[in-house]
Amino acid sequence: MDGLKEIRLHGRGGLGTVKAAETLVYAAVTDGIYGNSIPFFGFERQGAPVTAFVRISDKPIRPKNRVYNPHAVVVLEPTIMNAVNVFEGVKEGSLLVINSALEPDKISIDSKVKTVAIIDANKIALELLGRPITNTVMLGAFVKATGWVSLENVSKKVEELWGTKNKEAVLKGFEEAKIYHLK
Amino acid sequence: MIKSQERVAFMEFKSKYIAPVGADGVYVINTGDWRTIRPVLNQDKCIKCGICFMYCPVNSIVKEDGKFIIKYDYCKGCGICAHECKSDAIVMVQEAEK
Amino acid sequence: MQEFDVINGNKAAAIAAALVNPDIIAAYPITPQTPVVEYLTQFAADGILKSTMSEVESELSAMSVLTGASLAGARTFTATSSQGLSLMYEPYFRASTLRLPIVMAIVNREMISPQTVWGGPQDSISVRDAGWLQIYVEDNQEILDMIIQAFKIAENEDVLLPINICYDGFYLSHMTEKVFIPEQEKVAKFIGKYEPEHIILDPERPMAVDPLTNGDLLMEYRYKHLLSQQKALKVIDDVDKEFEYLFGRSYGGLIEEYRMNDAETAILVMGSMTGAAKEAVDIKRKEGIKIGLIKIRALRPFPKERIIKSLDKVKAFGVVDRNVSFGWNTGVVYQEIKSALYESGKAVPSIPFIGGLGGEDLTVNMMMESVDRINSIKKNHSTVWLTESNGGEA
Repeated sequence: MDGLKEIRLHGRGGLGTVKAAETLVYAAVTDGIYGNSIPFFGFERQGAPVTAFVRISDKPIRPKNRVYNPHAVVVLEPTIMNAVNVFEGVKEGSLLVINSALEPDKISIDSKVKTVAIIDANKIALELLGRPITNTVMLGAFVKATGWVSLENVSKKVEELWGTKNKEAVLKGFEEAKIYHLK
Repeated sequence: MIKSQERVAFMEFKSKYIAPVGADGVYVINTGDWRTIRPVLNQDKCIKCGICFMYCPVNSIVKEDGKFIIKYDYCKGCGICAHECKSDAIVMVQEAEK
Repeated sequence: MQEFDVINGNKAAAIAAALVNPDIIAAYPITPQTPVVEYLTQFAADGILKSTMSEVESELSAMSVLTGASLAGARTFTATSSQGLSLMYEPYFRASTLRLPIVMAIVNREMISPQTVWGGPQDSISVRDAGWLQIYVEDNQEILDMIIQAFKIAENEDVLLPINICYDGFYLSHMTEKVFIPEQEKVAKFIGKYEPEHIILDPERPMAVDPLTNGDLLMEYRYKHLLSQQKALKVIDDVDKEFEYLFGRSYGGLIEEYRMNDAETAILVMGSMTGAAKEAVDIKRKEGIKIGLIKIRALRPFPKERIIKSLDKVKAFGVVDRNVSFGWNTGVVYQEIKSALYESGKAVPSIPFIGGLGGEDLTVNMMMESVDRINSIKKNHSTVWLTESNGGEA
């Protein structure tokens, strides 16, 4: 971890996007570094687009703004890309963690993104949890793709909040996420 | 570095109104963006009772030439039409990723 | 190693109230304050919070219940936002003029119309002249610490006035970060007991409270009220120092000065925008611009002397207002700063900024642009509206 990392999570109401962002902050703080996160939702309803902003840094974080130039974008539900430009303002060389059953060449990815982590989170969530709530699987994939927070502290917090099945989901997301490096 | 003069004491207006009215200059929520599953109507099974048309909360189902058609504008995939259909003519299918 | 948790602003406020354990809490939910009420009721159900939770049907009721309780000598707490605050305006004004040290957290939310739920201090700023003390905070730790300090400030025998701790809706209320939680025993020792003598409903020492009053007496009461606000200036600074001694954290008292020692120009801010402004100041300093920052913490009482002293050597300044003053075509804080400087005899060029209304973001880029403008003006400038959010390269 060197310097400030800005992350943007895109999801829908009811998928746990905001809680996932808070879990990342919790993990960062327990790891001994700093984090903050704010949510942005228009209508607090199931299905409505939800964005969460996270900052992680080895130094105290002062800005409480939204994230405009993320180092990483996490997409918890692929159809959100039909409604929202998830890549707005991404940094050159940024990272995408996406819930998808497709291969990277079948997904329209912004040219500034150079690393992609793909995980079929819907499948894993339905298997383990019986519902397509993908946030815990995505957390595992995020940790694998970035290493900015520890898997141990993420899974510990997830277990505390939502139980063992969800902790398994984190570990499975970590295991099965495939990382691709794009040109 | 100071940006252009636009910021100084004058604003580029998005609306022609002085009070918050209507849709002009104000964004309209496209509830169609919320959809992750979509209803598909099988016309062969449809008995044209009009229940789906009456129940749809966003008026996404219309009556055209004696037939009921699902128009997907604003359809948020709530599934009420499929649930209420008397002849099981509507099924919910996963929305495709682009 | 102090105990900490990773929580949002609303939870920090609820935890602070639980640490103080007031006698009675009466609050009505309103976005974005609702989680405060939810956490408090959960704490009460779990037995952590010993206060009487009074379920009321509106904010007007809430403030009325607390007025009655405070008159009976109880320690009281509540929280509200925008429309809730305006709904309780009648008992709100009465609470300060009856000299009741009620503590209220205001989760700043823009006043309607247009319909909005997002953050902005217009609500509490619009009632700044109802006699309450008002302190605006920058982050969740400050929310928690100031709600604790609020009781000590309000109940001070030279003050005896109700107090608002104001924090931005969504940008602080729903923002998650690490917050240190002080020990309950230390908090109890710090704030002590509240034993009012000045006004009390007590059968043992009956007094007629709030009778019809002639103008000459009313003027006397107002004079004493104004005097207490002036005395609060020192109390706020002193309590900050005492808090630092016991808990290890200081916020500077009435204002916080950041890199003002050798500053040639200054930017004045209030609330959560301070974080972005401090970043901008650091970036601009590296470019060689000698900018300093003043964070206004206390809006009431207004820290006139400290502002005059802090701005003594600057040759220009700007004020970023997250609110409007409808008759002045600027923000409110700008007007108050200008008033303060009238006494110093120093009329340096200044520039008012308005931005971040209705939940719009006040970004680091906007702050940097503001710093550039402040550095370029040679005379007073008209209001600059900070509107677009940055969509391009950082």
